[in-house]
Amino acid sequence: MTKSASAEQAEQVEGVEVGEARISIPGMGEEGENLATAHEETEHTHGGLGESTTKAKSGGSRADRTTSLSVADFAVPTGREEEWRFSPLKKLGRVLSDAATQTPVTIKLRKSAEGVTHGELALAQSPRGTVFSAADRAAVVGYSQSAQADHIKVAADTELTEPVFLDITGEASGHRANAHIVLEAEAHSKVVFVLEHRGSADANLNVEVIVRDGADVTVVSLQRWDGDAIHVGQQDAEIGRDAKYKHVSVTLGGEIVRLNSNVRYAAEGGEASMYGLYFADAGQHLEHRSFVDHNSPRNSSNVLYKGALQGQDARTVWVGDVLIRKAAEGTDSYEKNQNLILTDGARADSIPNLEIETGLIEGAGHASSTGRFDENHLFYLMARGIPEKEARQLVVRGFLNEIVQAIGVDSIEDTIHQDLENELEIAGF
Amino acid sequence: MSTLEIKDLHVSIETEQGVKEILKGVTLTINSGEIHAIMGPNGSGKSTLASTIAGHPRYTVTSGTITMDGENVLDMAVDERARAGLFLAMQYPVEVPGVTMTNFLRTAKTAIDGEAPKLRTWAKDVRSAMEKLKIDADFANRNVNEGFSGGEKKRVEILQLELFKPKFAVLDETDSGLDIDALRVVSDGVNRAQESNDMGTLLITHYTRILNYIKPDYVHVFVDGRVAEQGGPELADELEANGYDRFLAPAQA
Repeated sequence: MTKSASAEQAEQVEGVEVGEARISIPGMGEEGENLATAHEETEHTHGGLGESTTKAKSGGSRADRTTSLSVADFAVPTGREEEWRFSPLKKLGRVLSDAATQTPVTIKLRKSAEGVTHGELALAQSPRGTVFSAADRAAVVGYSQSAQADHIKVAADTELTEPVFLDITGEASGHRANAHIVLEAEAHSKVVFVLEHRGSADANLNVEVIVRDGADVTVVSLQRWDGDAIHVGQQDAEIGRDAKYKHVSVTLGGEIVRLNSNVRYAAEGGEASMYGLYFADAGQHLEHRSFVDHNSPRNSSNVLYKGALQGQDARTVWVGDVLIRKAAEGTDSYEKNQNLILTDGARADSIPNLEIETGLIEGAGHASSTGRFDENHLFYLMARGIPEKEARQLVVRGFLNEIVQAIGVDSIEDTIHQDLENELEIAGF
Repeated sequence: MSTLEIKDLHVSIETEQGVKEILKGVTLTINSGEIHAIMGPNGSGKSTLASTIAGHPRYTVTSGTITMDGENVLDMAVDERARAGLFLAMQYPVEVPGVTMTNFLRTAKTAIDGEAPKLRTWAKDVRSAMEKLKIDADFANRNVNEGFSGGEKKRVEILQLELFKPKFAVLDETDSGLDIDALRVVSDGVNRAQESNDMGTLLITHYTRILNYIKPDYVHVFVDGRVAEQGGPELADELEANGYDRFLAPAQA
């Protein structure tokens, strides 16, 4: 945030600064962004090891994207669409068809807790569909093919000290499974939901998170699928007044995982943090898209996704959309994606899109970097006696640790550390 | 007592213009407890010698030997050299994102000693070494060299020197970029390590300034990839007075 250096008293109308001396940020007019990019790290690609692309802006405005709960509004994608151009559509056809569940995934609440209820919601039964609105073909068919949704509700003022685990298990590889989960945290409740995906399926799973006023909600979505699982999903949240929402996506398993994590605000004073960690091995396609819709004033958001890639045709995609609408004065927003390419043959795409329709904001920035494992890091650590394998582990663990720590639940952090060790073993690190 | 012996060392690097020979027959013997200063103009190969001793992959030894107490150093991987007791304080220490100083120091110490240091004494050792080098305690929680100033990076190199207790240390232009206070702090650290570990030191520098604080037993003048002249501390005084012109003149003729 920069303030005018002028000594003149700022003009004010009802306590709000107006006129030339008001708060602004460099490169911004009230009409929106004047610069192609705000401050950002430069992208690195180092000779021949892996490929990557970064682009600051693409396609039309995110505000113009169709959202709907009607299948008729979304044609089957061809691959030319902005939102599908990186995705392996041939294989994803299995989860894009308007098809019923063959073998359902089981969804189990691991442990009951006081103040937590597990019920069901039919298609048009509120609050189902009040926050969720499908933004692509996958989400809309998943939604409409889930006749009953699982509804986990945390009562007002309940503060849970233990996470609420939902075990979501694919029971039949190659079998279509649709599901919809509604997580509702009533006013001033505090809860950590952990959605742990295991097994295998052609899974089309949507999640709707309702964060009422003053609530503090963390959703950790762990993708620990078997190697042949397909998972598409849209995880939408709406954040109430003065509420906090943290979403952490950890994707390690599965053949194709494509997750959209979206956030918008019901009022003011909301805080959103969205984290992601992914580790792609040979042949895996892991795609994460985040969208922060600053649709109302004085909310904040921070997005940080980090990924590591190793092996032939390991593929990751991150697309981070942030839209600061005209009404969203006083917004503070930042998004960043970093990728570490460990071997030849892997490819990471990283696309931050920042659209700003008002200059009256606290801050907005985006950054993206994709680099290969740096031989200079290795030399420095080895020159201190640390063996090569341990040095590589130290760097990769160090790189990803920022996200693991953000989860804030020790038991989960420990198991993720173990998973990362196993991932590193795969490439012989 | 240990001996680091460099014999007729030839080293090349690959450049875009092809292979280029940088060291053209270097012979040096360093014993425990001795301080050898290597001085010379820019581009004379001083840093190449330092990096080659540490085993940097960019440098290819085409002939000659490096041995430590008879063991062939050139056969050892980079980490093996460090564990055998060689330490390189780098001219440009690398930033390692995501790895905290605390974690790094403990991991390296464990690797070098072959066993984890005792938790309580180790923490105390680190703290007191940091204090002596006037490194803020907060640095322990920061990532290795990340966002450190040039002077801070050099202090952290010497911190490692004091904690890892090598048999031989190669200090590659540790004095460059240091103001006079930092130079004194860093020199004191080197002298402490020298005294307490009976270390052999190869001090590479462009300037004589650091030799006011670290007293060399021998001075070697490096020109065009060779030792052009060697002598005692008085040679440094002569360089201080006359510069390197005397050595460069024949090359220009």
